[in-house]
Amino acid sequence: MKMHELRSVGRSLIGDHSLTYHQRVAKLANLAEEALDAPAVSDECAEALNKRIICDMFEGHAPYRARYLLPDYELAIRQGSQYLELDAPTDLNEALWFLMAMYTQVPSITGYPVYLGDLDKVLGPFTHGMAVADVVSALRPFWRALDRILPDAFVHVNIGPDDSVFARAVLQLERELKQVVPNVTLKVDRNRTPDDLLLDAVRTVFESGHPHFANHEMMVGDLGERYGVVSCYNSLPIGGGAHTLVRLNLAELVRQHTGDVETFFDVALVRYVELASELIEARVRYLVEDARFYGHLWLIDEGLLSLDKFSAMFGVFGLAEAVDQLMLMQGLSGTYGNDQLANELSYRITGEVAALVANRPLPYCEANAGRAFLHSQSGIDSDIGVTAGTRIAVGSEPGVFEHIKAVAPHHYLFESGVSDVFSLDSTARANPESVVDIIRGAFRVGMRDFTFNLDSNEFIRVTGYLVRKSDLAHISDGARHSSTLLGAATEVASHVTWRRPKRMVSHERASAPVALFGAPV
Amino acid sequence: MSTTALVCDIVRFSSVDGPGNRCVVFLQGCNFDCIACHNPYTINVCNNCGECVGVCDSGALSLTSIGAVVWDPAACVGSDSCIGWCPHDSTPKARSLSVPQVLDQIRGPAPFLSGITLSGGEATQQPAFVAELFDAMKSDHKLNRLTRFIDSNGAAPESVWLDLEPLIDGVMVDLKALDRDTHMAITGESNDEVLASIKLLYSMGKLAEVRLLLLPGVNDSPDALARTGAWLHDIDPLMRLKLIGFRCHGVRPNGRVVREPNPDAMDSYTQIMRDAGMSRIVAI
Repeated sequence: MKMHELRSVGRSLIGDHSLTYHQRVAKLANLAEEALDAPAVSDECAEALNKRIICDMFEGHAPYRARYLLPDYELAIRQGSQYLELDAPTDLNEALWFLMAMYTQVPSITGYPVYLGDLDKVLGPFTHGMAVADVVSALRPFWRALDRILPDAFVHVNIGPDDSVFARAVLQLERELKQVVPNVTLKVDRNRTPDDLLLDAVRTVFESGHPHFANHEMMVGDLGERYGVVSCYNSLPIGGGAHTLVRLNLAELVRQHTGDVETFFDVALVRYVELASELIEARVRYLVEDARFYGHLWLIDEGLLSLDKFSAMFGVFGLAEAVDQLMLMQGLSGTYGNDQLANELSYRITGEVAALVANRPLPYCEANAGRAFLHSQSGIDSDIGVTAGTRIAVGSEPGVFEHIKAVAPHHYLFESGVSDVFSLDSTARANPESVVDIIRGAFRVGMRDFTFNLDSNEFIRVTGYLVRKSDLAHISDGARHSSTLLGAATEVASHVTWRRPKRMVSHERASAPVALFGAPV
Repeated sequence: MSTTALVCDIVRFSSVDGPGNRCVVFLQGCNFDCIACHNPYTINVCNNCGECVGVCDSGALSLTSIGAVVWDPAACVGSDSCIGWCPHDSTPKARSLSVPQVLDQIRGPAPFLSGITLSGGEATQQPAFVAELFDAMKSDHKLNRLTRFIDSNGAAPESVWLDLEPLIDGVMVDLKALDRDTHMAITGESNDEVLASIKLLYSMGKLAEVRLLLLPGVNDSPDALARTGAWLHDIDPLMRLKLIGFRCHGVRPNGRVVREPNPDAMDSYTQIMRDAGMSRIVAI
């Protein structure tokens, strides 16, 4: 960006009254970063970035903070903090204030902490002998404050997989307060998470859009027992995180590809995975060696993070358009999600990408044996006409069963997260057990992440975060949550509100009343 | 040779046919002919009259040289114009399926299900198939986790229920009316078997739910409902009772003269049942 452009953008940001003060500060900081030179890469890599075939998520030219950090809050609570000048808390109230103080000192790419901890484990020791109602009362002001002090829907709390008074209290608060923040994930384990907790969580989604569900056994298999789900379904090791996220736009790659299907696999994909990896390497080296982010970070000094638990993330998106285009190249009209050949082609693409990423060593990525974590990236506001991650295109999703069957085979590849959003018909409200069955089934057949929303509630899940429909209605006046501003742009760009609601009754049979009766009459 | 059944349709996921997410197998053919039937095309077995062949726009129907109507699922676009046209309350799309064929249809969605519900039509009209299917599910190590339910109009003889008893987890029974004449007016049949079935299934511990379909002006008088509530209460005050307000959708013209109950009417039905001592009421 030229200096005069920079000045002009700066002035317009300062004059933009739809932005809050903090949103303006953040945007001005980003703008200042744009004035610096980006980490050096090859011309070919710069060109790929320029063409948006690879994308640095607009993280900024000079990486001076890691993208996602997952501090070990359990350890912090146990040992207290010199940096914060706080002793280890001795009761629930002290623990809540300890955490709130700590949250304000945890950096991330958004400026807000993307991970608030597995709070049932962090705070559980302080709730012994308390009833759910008592925990709710104690937690309510804290929960409200999270939404007001950290107004960003990428801020994420984890609970589960075990049942606890604390987990129940969180779900009850979510139903009661209906806040955008925090985003919540419930870890679900076949043997440890009781149906009743899952049922409570499903009912909570009906009211508030939260929580998201994570396949605990699969996560543990890939990341170990101590992992967290943060921001938009990024699963990463606790005590570590991700330096950066660079993503490959598969749709754009196919669009600009001039050869046939086989040269796409043999040449284009190989080359652009390497170019994206080059960009990752440049950014990671800058962050670690030049900016020396970890060299002066209190969370490292106090043992709450360690560099060897970090890696980078390699994201993909636009799989749907890529597959459909590659099918057309072969004279086939089947589309991803609705055609077996197209689906098989999609698995070949993600399989190849995974193999290439697994063969590309990267520095400072010890958390994944010197390789990037693969991630199905769920989109940003500027993605126009490109489907998030490995999702089926909005509006073309088949029935729930076919949908899960189509996307599940991708999930095992994406150890750092993959999201498919299922929009369910509101008949599910009368039978939450049916949703529990679907979640259990999804995990049985190998899905890693599961998130659903009802077509009738107040929340829209955009990429992985939530916005309130009522906030979008007044968006021209600005929004307190930064993520709501992004949500407005995404809604306009990709019409996520058009996501096809899944009928919880048959497509084949006439309509709801038939199924409502079910029995012959 | 496995028993076959005439299957109208198989719905992989349903959240409205019993506990949890269920695969529903709709068997063709019913022994009632209810004025309020929502899917009247499940009542009769196709008589191959061939009337529907000409109304199919997609060429999915044909008449063979021996005079049988054949449906080609690959060509069918699902407009259901054949069903709309059928003068015989049937469908050319029902297929004769064997137990292994139905099991194959269940295997895909099985990981996502609480169980299977056999509906119809009237499933108990094909009892040998029901028994064989459920028995096969029970001895299949991947399917025996699934619960086995039947949606029934209750008009089945005691012998059918006794045969099925060891194979079923629950039955949801419709009670169109306690009063025999009203029942006759709605269904064309007496309710003797229905009432006996409800009592028998309760005594077996297999009565999952009783459903009352309420037709304003036909079977919803406070007096009739109070008597129904008292009768049900005598059997089991804790039984799950579903009150379903009539809806016109799918109903044949002669049934559409009945109006749909408004929310106030639904509330009053619920209240009458509560007053009768019923506590587990679901009104939809």
